[in-house]
Amino acid sequence: MPGIVIVATAEGQGTNPAALELLGGGAGLAKALGCPLEAVLVSGSGTDPAGPAAKLFAGGARRVYSVRHERLGNGSPEAALEALTAACRRAEPRVVLFSADRLGLEVAPRLAHRLGGSMITDAVALEVRDGDVVATRPAFGGKAMEQVAARATPQVVTVKLRALEPAALDESRSGELVEVPVDLDPGVDRVKLVERVEEAAEGPKLETARVVIGGGRGVGGAENFKQLEELARVLGAALGASRAAVDEGWVPASWQIGQTGKAIASDLYIAVGISGASQHTAGISGVKTIVAINTDPEAPIFERAHLGVVGDHKAVVPALTARLKELLGK
Amino acid sequence: MNIVVCLKQIIDYEIPPRAFRIDRQKKKPAMPDASLVIGPFDENALEVALQLREKAGGGRITAVSMGPESAIEALRKALAVTADEAVLLSDPAFSDLDPFGTARVLGAAIKKLGGADLVLTGRQSGDWDAGQVGQLLAEELGAPCVNFAFRAEPGGDGRVRLYKETPGGAEILEAGTPVVATVTNAETNQLRLAKVRDLMAANRKPVPTWSAADLGLDPAALAAGRIEVLDLYVPTYDARCEFVTGETPEDKASALARRLVELKLV
Ligand SMILES: Cc1cc2nc3c(=O)[nH]c(=O)nc-3n(C[C@H](O)[C@H](O)[C@H](O)COP(=O)(O)OP(=O)(O)OC[C@H]3O[C@@H](n4cnc5c(N)ncnc54)[C@H](O)[C@@H]3O)c2cc1C
Repeated sequence: MPGIVIVATAEGQGTNPAALELLGGGAGLAKALGCPLEAVLVSGSGTDPAGPAAKLFAGGARRVYSVRHERLGNGSPEAALEALTAACRRAEPRVVLFSADRLGLEVAPRLAHRLGGSMITDAVALEVRDGDVVATRPAFGGKAMEQVAARATPQVVTVKLRALEPAALDESRSGELVEVPVDLDPGVDRVKLVERVEEAAEGPKLETARVVIGGGRGVGGAENFKQLEELARVLGAALGASRAAVDEGWVPASWQIGQTGKAIASDLYIAVGISGASQHTAGISGVKTIVAINTDPEAPIFERAHLGVVGDHKAVVPALTARLKELLGK
Repeated sequence: MNIVVCLKQIIDYEIPPRAFRIDRQKKKPAMPDASLVIGPFDENALEVALQLREKAGGGRITAVSMGPESAIEALRKALAVTADEAVLLSDPAFSDLDPFGTARVLGAAIKKLGGADLVLTGRQSGDWDAGQVGQLLAEELGAPCVNFAFRAEPGGDGRVRLYKETPGGAEILEAGTPVVATVTNAETNQLRLAKVRDLMAANRKPVPTWSAADLGLDPAALAAGRIEVLDLYVPTYDARCEFVTGETPEDKASALARRLVELKLV
């Protein structure tokens, strides 16, 4: 019987953490539809799939289709697409759940095309309604939400991180491990890696920082980011930016916070000269306290902020830095 | 090198949430007076194409847009920044297509153009945000797809060198042609401004319109979408902003610093 298949990648003896969220959400769908919950496990050739598969069984998968190849370890979407197509042809799923991470973003739509199925990206909730799996997803940069059902099978869905409750692990559960041979014809490698450039990472990481300071177009120039750096030093904060500041060439693209940049989940976020476009605030929904500094009292950021200062950052930020230094004894 | 850039005309993506309106019956946005713009990632794709043509010392850029007649404005803008040609894909059968239908139409148009070495799209549109069309187009064309590209250069042996943004930095890739790349924004690919002289030339350029029949596509087959939108609604948030007050910016900054300390946020 066609089941719910979640896509997992091997990481050491376990899997990517999102796989457990997919199993948690997938279990609810499988129960409501009365169909099995299964997984496809993608691993590079060095890994023994038994360890990661055991985790997937413990998380509720009854069968694990394992695809393994050296070319699956290097992040090539072309190779992953071939392997996942082979696995899904074997599993004949009704629903395929991916995490909306790089693998999901780069492979899921093409897989749906190859399988003659349907595609829904960025789901934040899944439910069964009249025998249909209905996905809720943001559209228009989060200014609207849409609910979408599939009219072609399999229904491939990418699910946002932290949208689903992770499955509880029960190590006593076991299942069937099915090796699916993947024949990756070298001709598939129409895209060759020439060089990988690692970005020098200094200071706290945006995704995990406790305090983040973001600068936008209103900061007014690359040199003005120095004032934000000074404030960041006092607070031990990571620096981020809006898309506009990246587009202006003031800061690197890796600083971008938002729907198409990084999602942050800090305790405190200080948005400086950022208007608060929905695509920007899509990346700060996990923040506990939002502070905005902006000259325009009508800026949409104040509709999402908890604390606001209407004023010019050029005067407010240095004064804030100086006062915090005093108060914190730094 | 033949480069095709796919552009979508969308409703202004910076409309603030409080002004955003939808028609829940039609499951569509309902802001007839909103301005129309090109999706920002599509603009980045166009800039990547222009830079590639400069680095290669030649090549032909064709801008393609599927949409209503108003989408001609998006194509005129592309011509104004010196795209060589533009084609509008417009037909009642093309309205409300899902990403699979859109990719089918774009793919048919690219085939009618005689194919392309490099097809560039934005990583996602700026309205429905599906992030699918570029990749589905690669499948329609039987081409590989490089996602999150932010720069393109001529590679060796007629290949294309593509710079891809990754979570840890970047990858430099070389792809044989044809190849599809979906483009993300970076410090280097904001679309340039048009020169006045080029603006006038762009308005004189003929822009052909191709219909479903011109592309040999069956409207009924296109209409059979793979997804169904059941509902579209506007979410609500309840944040109440506490404005920090003071006579001068320095007073406000002091008050904010005190609040941050009081609330144990720093
Ligand atoms: C599909 C899609 C994805 C996108 N993804 C992202 C994303 O991931 N992240 C992102 O940020 N954007 C994203 N955007 C772009 C987004 O829509 C906005 O264009 C962008 O966030 C605007 O950046 P901004 O707030 O810095 O600029 P603006 O909107 O221009 O705002 C500048 C603000 O600075 C204020 N200001 C000016 N001078 C001063 C001063 N001296 N002191 C204090 N304040 C001042 C102004 O009042 C204004 O509010 C995306 C758009 C689309 C369509």
